[in-house]
Amino acid sequence: MADPLFKVGDMVRIRDAYPIGHCRTPFYTRGLTGEIERYCGRFANPEELAYRRDGQPAVPLYRVRLPMQKIWPDYTGAPLDTLEVEIFEHWLEPDD
Amino acid sequence: MHDHTHHHPHPNQPDEEDGPFTEYRLLEIALRELLIEKDVITQAELHKTYRMMDDRGPHNGARMVAKAWSDPAYLDLMRRDATAAAKSIGLEPTWLNLIALENTDAVHNVVVCTLCSCYPWPLLGLPPDWYKSRAYRSDVVQNPRKILAEFGTTLPETVEVRVHDSSADMRYLVVPKRPEGTEGWSEEELAELVTRDSMIGVVPALAIEDL
Repeated sequence: MADPLFKVGDMVRIRDAYPIGHCRTPFYTRGLTGEIERYCGRFANPEELAYRRDGQPAVPLYRVRLPMQKIWPDYTGAPLDTLEVEIFEHWLEPDD
Repeated sequence: MHDHTHHHPHPNQPDEEDGPFTEYRLLEIALRELLIEKDVITQAELHKTYRMMDDRGPHNGARMVAKAWSDPAYLDLMRRDATAAAKSIGLEPTWLNLIALENTDAVHNVVVCTLCSCYPWPLLGLPPDWYKSRAYRSDVVQNPRKILAEFGTTLPETVEVRVHDSSADMRYLVVPKRPEGTEGWSEEELAELVTRDSMIGVVPALAIEDL
């Protein structure tokens, strides 16, 4: 099995994609750039599990940290507020 | 209040036997009795499962938090591997991939599942209705300080509010800040200060005067 593509601190972009079917990538995070906060391990692919398949091979899962002001341009809280969200590797691309 | 002398009978409160069983209730009884009769499961196994389900609740999470407040080695384990920390004190959240989120003077953590209602059941019990409501799920990611204020929690701009969207396989337990004036308290005493909502992150732990 290939090693996870990303490491803590890497800047990544969450894919701005809208496939049909079940997935665990919240709409409000799509297309945004953030930082890998941690690698969580490999988990069965929920997009396959939703159709009663086994979800294998398991997919690397990460937590991505996003500044609130990047998610919501009119964010009224403090500038240092953040959000962390779990994103599967096939939803991430390097941000360079 | 009117003068009420008891010369007439009061009706009993309706009991579950007073109405017809629902289809699901009948299905449950029929299936359970069949499975036991055919030796697929035993009554004892069933009771063990009931007990396990009844044991889920915020007292489990509170034990972890109180221990983390008291024991630096345990806090360190919580930071590195919160699932192992749960198991090390006899909690068996076998399906749980747990992350502990520590509130400090610099960071305040709050947990939500915007996609459904993911929640660490073994450690906190069943989620409160508001946790599953669309209002909480959509507002806390957009305007967490407003939601926190609705719970009575107001934080200065110098504290980072960090919202955790439990969007996939990890589950979260907030470790609230240890209340002032609790030096020398036992873990059992400390656990009394740790509420369910403080482990979701919408309020701090109870203060001594709240007890």
